Amino acid sequence: MIAQDKVWMLTLAGIGLVTLAFIYVIANAGKPADSAQVQKSAYAIRRWWFLALVLAGAGVAYATLKPFPIGDQSAQSQTAQIVDAVGRQWSWQLSRSQLKAGVPVQFNVTSADVNHGFAIYGPNDRIVTQVQAMPGFTNRLLYTFTEPGKYRVLCLEYCGVAHHGMAAEFDVVAADDGGRK
Amino acid sequence: MSATLPVDSLYPANEALSRAERIVVNLYVISALVVFVLMMLLGLTMRMGQSTWLEVPPDVFYQVMTAHGAGMVGTIGLASSVVMWFFLRKYVRLSLSIFAANYALFMLGALAILGSVFIGRYAGAWTFLYPLPVHSMGLWSLNAAALFMLGYLLIGVGFLLFYLDAMLAIIRVYGNLGRALGLQWLFGGEIDKSHPKTVVASTMVAITNSIGILAGAVVLVMCLVNIYFPSVGLNALLVKNLTFLFGHMFINASIYMGVIAVYELLPRYSGRPYPISRAFLWSWASSLVMVLIVYPHHLLMDYVMPHWMLVMGQVISYCAGLPVFTVTVYGALTNVYRSGMRWRMPAKLLMLSMFGWAAGIVPAIIDGTISVNRLMHNTQWVPGHFHFYLLLGVLPMVLALMYHVIGERAPSRASDTLTFPLYIFGGLVFVFAFLAAGHMSTPRRFAAHLPQWLAYDRMGAIGAALVITAMLVFTVQIVVGLLRSPGNGHPAHAVG
Repeated sequence: MIAQDKVWMLTLAGIGLVTLAFIYVIANAGKPADSAQVQKSAYAIRRWWFLALVLAGAGVAYATLKPFPIGDQSAQSQTAQIVDAVGRQWSWQLSRSQLKAGVPVQFNVTSADVNHGFAIYGPNDRIVTQVQAMPGFTNRLLYTFTEPGKYRVLCLEYCGVAHHGMAAEFDVVAADDGGRK
Repeated sequence: MSATLPVDSLYPANEALSRAERIVVNLYVISALVVFVLMMLLGLTMRMGQSTWLEVPPDVFYQVMTAHGAGMVGTIGLASSVVMWFFLRKYVRLSLSIFAANYALFMLGALAILGSVFIGRYAGAWTFLYPLPVHSMGLWSLNAAALFMLGYLLIGVGFLLFYLDAMLAIIRVYGNLGRALGLQWLFGGEIDKSHPKTVVASTMVAITNSIGILAGAVVLVMCLVNIYFPSVGLNALLVKNLTFLFGHMFINASIYMGVIAVYELLPRYSGRPYPISRAFLWSWASSLVMVLIVYPHHLLMDYVMPHWMLVMGQVISYCAGLPVFTVTVYGALTNVYRSGMRWRMPAKLLMLSMFGWAAGIVPAIIDGTISVNRLMHNTQWVPGHFHFYLLLGVLPMVLALMYHVIGERAPSRASDTLTFPLYIFGGLVFVFAFLAAGHMSTPRRFAAHLPQWLAYDRMGAIGAALVITAMLVFTVQIVVGLLRSPGNGHPAHAVG
């Protein structure tokens, strides 16, 4: 299961739980009970609910931030394949059109005019990673492709009337097949 | 199911509207409803265009997108400010003239924005992200971009006047803003149970959205200077920070103003006390800080941002869910549970608003994770979650107040049985179409879609059409109710 599908399932589960809570309360809204007793019970449950959310949030934050998911922006990688990517209304200029799978790639992404979004779509038409392209700044995106195939770059930051047509392609080949283009 | 409700508890005398107040409220409400319907039709146009069910040229699509975004954000702010004004005036003395001035400035600003978009062909999106407004590639003029920004400034000035008046009035009664927020009770002491939740929420909104609007004003003036003096270059990252601080704050302020309707009205329909508590005060005090510093979650894909700010964006996104899940929504559910709830239209809408808010922030919080954002940012996941808590959260809050105000003057009760479920069903179809498309990596803000995305677009278009049908009925009912003579209305409600 790819990451987007996991996120989708997690979201459906979360919304499902919220829905169940509302259904339960609405189904029981019409049978009056002593307010003080209801509030006392609810507040007792809330302490544990609060604690559970804090612990879950802290755990997820730690797990998703360590190691930090964004690469060092100050240094040029010595080992990666380097791709300079420049966005402009409405095209991408890539310094390479073929990359090797299994070897880290460093995309140095910037813009010659307005803000763009540098999103890489895999052979299955799902996003594998992305970063913003901004005038006056260079964002370094580190990514290691695992699957050979044709990849497509789409612009995901609205940049004017032909924004939806701003695309480029590159190939990822198996490590032992690759040569530089 | 609907037992008779005591008139005095449902419509307290201090909420009665004078003739002048009624005129201003009617202007706000009717204008907001009409604009909501029009903006929804623009939204439907976009979904129909993406579905290939309607031919919408790209330049028109992006103009429509710009008008829809600016129109919806502005109008939900306008409508929710009615909620804040309606209830806050019971506790402090607000100026009706300033409230009316806010309306007038909003309308002038809206005219400027509409002129910029539909006459000047401006299509730089509601976020006017620098330097796009000055890089139109010949599609719109610099004057059109400037007119759009001038429209925003007019609207911002109106809101700022409203908030300054509110803060002044609050200080006159409570001494200072800290006491109005109940900060003196955070760490101990006996809480004054009569301290109004409305005052706490209004104070928080007035402080935070004034800061947000000032950030917006700074960036708008910087951009206006850049338009006419291009040699004055701007730092794109700084402008982006200020823009998202402003945008995030403004839209969140509409939720915080709208939720006042829940605090005020829900206990009237449940018949159960809904007292202020230390947890409530903590939730609003912490939200005041969090809403101002959480905005970097819009910039998680700007890797050159200081990384501590990106960590803050993720962590505060998680923390911001706590007050919602453990205080506001939890408190509302507690208030309703086994209360003998009277399910009138306002009560149903308030309950829906709590559901929309709670459910809608689930995908939002998940998207606040950097490693998730890398896959979901600027896909349709984003309009999926924000439409969830705006369409099914904030809009029902303001509709609840509107239905409450018209009371028995509603022309029929058909909404209770037919239109309300239609609104929920259409809304869910509409938002889940966005979320499902987002998880398939469908980009947002694309005039044309790949064939594999069309099924979601069509599902979204159908959902939008259902929502608009329901919204049209709501609008007719509320407008007719408002325009009926107060003499025909609830005896305890309208005066003058």
